[in-house]
Amino acid sequence: MRDIAKYAGQAIVLLALVAGVGFLASSPAYQHFPEGQALIKMTFVHGGQHVGGCRRRTAAELEEMAANMRRLMDCPRDRLPVVIELDVDGQRVHREVIAASGLHGDGPAVYYDSFQVAAGAHSIAVRLRDTDREEGFDYEGSAEFVLEPSQLLVVQFRPEAGGFVFR
Amino acid sequence: MKLVQRPICWGLDLVERVLDWPFGQVWNPLRHLGALGFFMYWIVAATGIYLYIFFDTGITAAYQSVEYMTHDQWYLAGVMRSLHRYASDGMVLFMVLHLLREFARDRYRGVRWFSWVTGAPVIALLFVCGITGYWLVWDQLAQFIAVRTTEWFDWLPIFGTPIAANFLTSDMLDDRFFSLMIFLHIAAPLLLLLVMWIHLWRVSRPKIHPPRGLAVGMFLAFIVLSLVKPALSHAPADLGKVAGIVNLDWFYLGFYPLLDYWSSGTVWAAALIGTLTLVLLPWMPPMRRAPAAVVHLDHCNGCSRCADDCPYGAVTMQPRTDGAKFDLEAVVNPTLCVSCGICVGACPSSTPFRRRRDIATGIDLPHLSLADLREAVGKASVGLVGDARVIVIGCENTLNGNTAGDVSTSYVTVLCAGMLPPPFIDYVLNRDLADGVVVAGCAREDCNNRFGNTWTEARIDRTRDPTLRRRVPRERLARLWLARGDRGSLGRRVSAFAETLKSLPKLPHKGDEAPVPPVLRKSENTENA
Repeated sequence: MRDIAKYAGQAIVLLALVAGVGFLASSPAYQHFPEGQALIKMTFVHGGQHVGGCRRRTAAELEEMAANMRRLMDCPRDRLPVVIELDVDGQRVHREVIAASGLHGDGPAVYYDSFQVAAGAHSIAVRLRDTDREEGFDYEGSAEFVLEPSQLLVVQFRPEAGGFVFR
Repeated sequence: MKLVQRPICWGLDLVERVLDWPFGQVWNPLRHLGALGFFMYWIVAATGIYLYIFFDTGITAAYQSVEYMTHDQWYLAGVMRSLHRYASDGMVLFMVLHLLREFARDRYRGVRWFSWVTGAPVIALLFVCGITGYWLVWDQLAQFIAVRTTEWFDWLPIFGTPIAANFLTSDMLDDRFFSLMIFLHIAAPLLLLLVMWIHLWRVSRPKIHPPRGLAVGMFLAFIVLSLVKPALSHAPADLGKVAGIVNLDWFYLGFYPLLDYWSSGTVWAAALIGTLTLVLLPWMPPMRRAPAAVVHLDHCNGCSRCADDCPYGAVTMQPRTDGAKFDLEAVVNPTLCVSCGICVGACPSSTPFRRRRDIATGIDLPHLSLADLREAVGKASVGLVGDARVIVIGCENTLNGNTAGDVSTSYVTVLCAGMLPPPFIDYVLNRDLADGVVVAGCAREDCNNRFGNTWTEARIDRTRDPTLRRRVPRERLARLWLARGDRGSLGRRVSAFAETLKSLPKLPHKGDEAPVPPVLRKSENTENA
């Protein structure tokens, strides 16, 4: 009788243990993204223009250089930062100056971010500057969307495709 | 650190004591957490091999193949899938409890640092296994994990382009991605097994298999869970939508919500600080180590018993160097020795039946030598009166400083029950130092020095050398293996044992008064002189 009680106790403990495991394996549910919202993700990898233009080396400068290093044009490696702006329904949602990557600042600017908006109709405008101009932008794009709840709108910047791509 | 350890210890002791009732000391799951972790690993590995047969790598094929296993072949592949998932969760559970228990019991410092530190990569790899596994299903949970994980990793300045950008639209993914993930999901467990082996490198006779009955019970319980609550997938992944509500597996994915509330950099910082704290814990503060055991070659016959019994592999045998006629001699590696004294208990030269005051043995502890032990036993017998005089010889963990006896009971503390050479029991009774002996130590399967109580049991039962002589009346010997939460009952149990002694016939040569032990008699003579 005592053995039966002990086996029953073991069964209860083991079943309680696995019940706990089974519960925590999928519960409680986690609300990662609020209901009634949509998400805009904007991303690009784009190099700004080089800082300053190329310069022709003088004959004296070339003479001082090792023979295998002689190049006529002296082009700076550093790149300008890229400026990005995002407007939703005419309101500025985001503006950021993205520095060039790399230890020498000679790599592309890398950008990836996301923005929550309420589901529904929205006009979205994006602008990007990759030169040293002080006014205006080099690339602009805009579109009208009706975003469903939980919908993901991807905004990519692809110069080879002519600028901004909305997907 | 004690302030952190004590409440954990108290909680675990309580649960352990409760579980001792249905399971007994030997089957208590809390005493086999590491072994249960290994057991879960083998379940996961076996079920994983079966699931791999049916798993298809492809953006849509992956999900469909998992659905086929779950629903069409629910009776086998479905159960396997559930077992695969739940045993993985069980592995995390047992690993965390194992870590907490070893920490709370202060079994992570000193020579044990190696096992503790190598446990850190076990944790990391286990999470890699679990996370890549969930990724393979390619449902909305997998999508959530993929996006959040890659966004988290993108914080590190090592990627030229954001890897999270691979999960923006479905056309950016290709089937090779799943081939990569399945490779990771197979390679990581293999690496995990390697690290688990390294984790046990410095542990001699590691317990990697739970008792068969416990293993069967645990397996059946997981089968029941798999049938009652089969593991299911979410809806298929849709990169055009954000996964709103996900049923997280909190064992593996519990930290993902942090990524929604903290920045990626903060989560990395927390992970780094947590890992460093865990790894450096054995030196916060470092353990003050007692002197290692010392071999006395003039008393060592190279029998190898100390090397066989050492739970830490600190004693090895090497060819004789002193020209004695024996082949081997014992050598102690001080970096592995915890000074538990089990080697002293194993040495056949460890006998108190000698006339010399400065008795020596083949291997001894400098801070609690065999001579010290004989003297302590002798002192314990002084003043004991009555017909049920008891000397309790217990490990320091079990006695825990409670050594205040009474007129008929006294206590002798040893570092581990395994430190007690069996001839000492014979010595107490043969020299009429007491009417009975109690050997007290940690609970079965829970010796603080791993095998102290096991070896002592075997020596008393004459199944392991050095054995207790047959002439010792076993009815005058009690063995008490007490769980930590049960230590308070020691006095009551000793009293109950003393009661049984009263009904026994008197031992030969016993006088009415407690005799003065030989060692003290000699000492007194010396002082008088």
